[in-house]
Amino acid sequence: MMSEFIIRNGHVFDPVQGIKGDKKDIAVKDGKIVESVSSGARVINAAGKTVMAGALEIHAHVAGPKVNAGRWYRPEDKHFDSHKKPGMTRIEGGKSIPTVFKTGYEYARMGFTFAMEAAMPPLYARHVHEEIHDTPIIDEAALPVFGNNWFILEYLKNHEVENTAAYIAWVLRQTKGYGVKCVNPGGTEAWAWGLNCLTIHDPVPYFEITPAEIIKGLIEANEFLGLPHSMHLHQNDLGNPGNYKTTIDSLKLAEGIKARNNFGREQVLHSTHLQFHSYGGTNWGDFESKAKEVMEYVNKQKNLTIDTGNVTLDETTTMTADGPFEHHLHGLNHLKWFNVDVELETAAGIVPFIYDPSNAVFCSQWAVGLEIPLYAKDPMRCFITTDHPNAGPFTRYPRVYSWLMSKKVRDELLNGFKKADKVIGATTLANIDREITLYELAAMTRAGPAKALGLSKDYGGLKPGMNADIAIYNINPDKFPSTGPEIEKAFANVAYLFKDGKICVEEGKVVDMGKKQTFWVDAKVKENKQVMHDVREKFLRYYSVNENNYPVPESYAPHQHIISVDATQ
Amino acid sequence: MNTVTLTVKNAPELFLECENVNPDVFAGKKADQIAKLGAFQGKEITTLGDYFTIAGEAGATAAETKIVINGDCTKMKYIGAKMTAGEVVVNSACDMYTGSWMKGGKLVVNGDVHSFCGLAMAGGEFTINGNAGNYLGAAYRGDWRGMSGGVLRVKGNAGSDVATFMTGGEMIIEGNVDIHLGTHMEGGKIILKGNANRRVGGQLVKGEIYVFGSINVMMPGYKPVRDVDLEVDGTKAKFTEYIGDLGERHPKRKGETVYGKLYMKQ
Repeated sequence: MMSEFIIRNGHVFDPVQGIKGDKKDIAVKDGKIVESVSSGARVINAAGKTVMAGALEIHAHVAGPKVNAGRWYRPEDKHFDSHKKPGMTRIEGGKSIPTVFKTGYEYARMGFTFAMEAAMPPLYARHVHEEIHDTPIIDEAALPVFGNNWFILEYLKNHEVENTAAYIAWVLRQTKGYGVKCVNPGGTEAWAWGLNCLTIHDPVPYFEITPAEIIKGLIEANEFLGLPHSMHLHQNDLGNPGNYKTTIDSLKLAEGIKARNNFGREQVLHSTHLQFHSYGGTNWGDFESKAKEVMEYVNKQKNLTIDTGNVTLDETTTMTADGPFEHHLHGLNHLKWFNVDVELETAAGIVPFIYDPSNAVFCSQWAVGLEIPLYAKDPMRCFITTDHPNAGPFTRYPRVYSWLMSKKVRDELLNGFKKADKVIGATTLANIDREITLYELAAMTRAGPAKALGLSKDYGGLKPGMNADIAIYNINPDKFPSTGPEIEKAFANVAYLFKDGKICVEEGKVVDMGKKQTFWVDAKVKENKQVMHDVREKFLRYYSVNENNYPVPESYAPHQHIISVDATQ
Repeated sequence: MNTVTLTVKNAPELFLECENVNPDVFAGKKADQIAKLGAFQGKEITTLGDYFTIAGEAGATAAETKIVINGDCTKMKYIGAKMTAGEVVVNSACDMYTGSWMKGGKLVVNGDVHSFCGLAMAGGEFTINGNAGNYLGAAYRGDWRGMSGGVLRVKGNAGSDVATFMTGGEMIIEGNVDIHLGTHMEGGKIILKGNANRRVGGQLVKGEIYVFGSINVMMPGYKPVRDVDLEVDGTKAKFTEYIGDLGERHPKRKGETVYGKLYMKQ
């Protein structure tokens, strides 16, 4: 039996109810937020503190084969940083690719209660679920990748949206997946022929389909099913100067499509780590920010959401299903390169990367990442990520918040860069005065991502009836900390974290491992003989595993939270 | 300079991680404060006082601090690791990571050191008056940043994979080495007074290796270009100069390709 709590006198920030820092009491009973509790409830004094819902991570690489490959091929990432902290926690290793234990603890210490693994190769879904199951405290889900999958390419070549949807529903059930991820549509498959798709009109060899057709078809299939989350897109031509045109071209594909779902989700396309896709110029010499142009389009287009992908200027590990991009990166920095091809489905690459603050390009990337949220008119549609670990480790969120919330803090860094003049010339950050407020931050990290993931009924807010996932920070909004390190410290160590109505972190110290759950979406579709025939045939002809060994067994995800969708109508 | 003397009173059951045994951490501390410094034994946090009798007190700064360690340290790791100044003398053999990531000061081990010592050393003087194990002055496992500065001298032999990914500094091995000397080297200088087994300078991009003895099997990517008279670590002799590794990428400087150099004493 859970106990009752009353969180008294905290400054509450909740975009779900429109509460902007008013002093309010929050009552908790049996894992839910309630109107009132009995007099026996434990009192948590939150006077002078900030109270928000638990944060939701919408895009991070935290579980699965490519994350683990990063761990084993980078022992140097954890050498100086793998001691045991006092208390009930286990040894915590790794900086950019932490162990599953550290991943759970660190998210919880920062006030997070949910994380989305952003790229699950369906064939290796078991490994993803093994790691998710071992990550303590936080709830998690995973997005299977579809953008280079042979079934999808064949169906969408003939614009067979219903077959695409039936296949997606089948994969979600086999892999216990949450939604539709699409990475470098067509490009990863083209790379098997030594090519890439750098615009949305480059044809994919053999399949004779373009990225534009894949993107649009997946959006339509996603809405056909009415999934809680929208299509989640990592665009073509990531990280190259001049790519912002391709970015806007891709976003335009969503024009005129309406969200169709029962989860309160309004967007039909989530464009991830937009920082990497908002570059102008023709080479690294005349490289410049186009965040303003990209965000002007995003602000107008209400059926889009985005996340930032903030560069944190750290040594990190890049890892993506965008195989050709990782090969390109290895050619730039000559560091060790890992690559794997996942049969009919996808690929992945890994390269260590040092975002050196003495390099003008990396500093400009840092600036672009901050410009995107600062240009965002609707914080409910713009979420903060570091595309962990690609642009930086997720453990740097407190530092990213300090740059967004204090012009002084970010300008000090900007003006102190070795190549400050070049960075200021190539970006517009120096001219932006906006500072993100605590209320906007709650939208960007709680209410917004919850809504985009179709979880707004129970998560991302503090309304009675919602799940009691609550973060209390040692931040007095009336005396907001003025220095970077103070802001960082406050966001890195919650005063309290409630997960499902239980205190899991107290003053930055993990005190309970919580009751983590794996979320996945079970979409019912009409029986589709064509798709089941194609599945059978592909397993017989091409897959290295038997069809019966493909699904993720129940034992791999023993604590499931299944969201059902009926797409038979 | 103040001297702190550590004498082993209890041998650790597992290996003891002595990350706090260096002049930088000791600086400004008295014996009782030093005794309270942490040391991991496995996952348990213990204190230096559990294993050592501590006499004397440290100077105000690392540069004014000398540490002398007596007793059996064969199960102690990280002695002198990351030190930036001052002096450490160990009158025993030591385990892994001794003198690794050292940036300055002087470290002397009067005994053998195990593998992975002097890793990524960036400065200072590290002298081993015994033999060294494998991966001496190399990069940490998986890392691509090896020894970049300072002087590392071994009086005896060293094992295999010595000076992997070396980018600077000087290493002198007075005895012999096993396979893989200076693999992936991109700078710095290795002087080998004895013999090497196989694969010396494999995938070497830049840097110099001097061999006084013989190499059991020479790498195929090396080409003799001329004879030179040199004075190397106090010895005057005629050497054959090779360039290589010809199978590796090489940078260009003023239009000229820069090769790594291997000098064999005639």
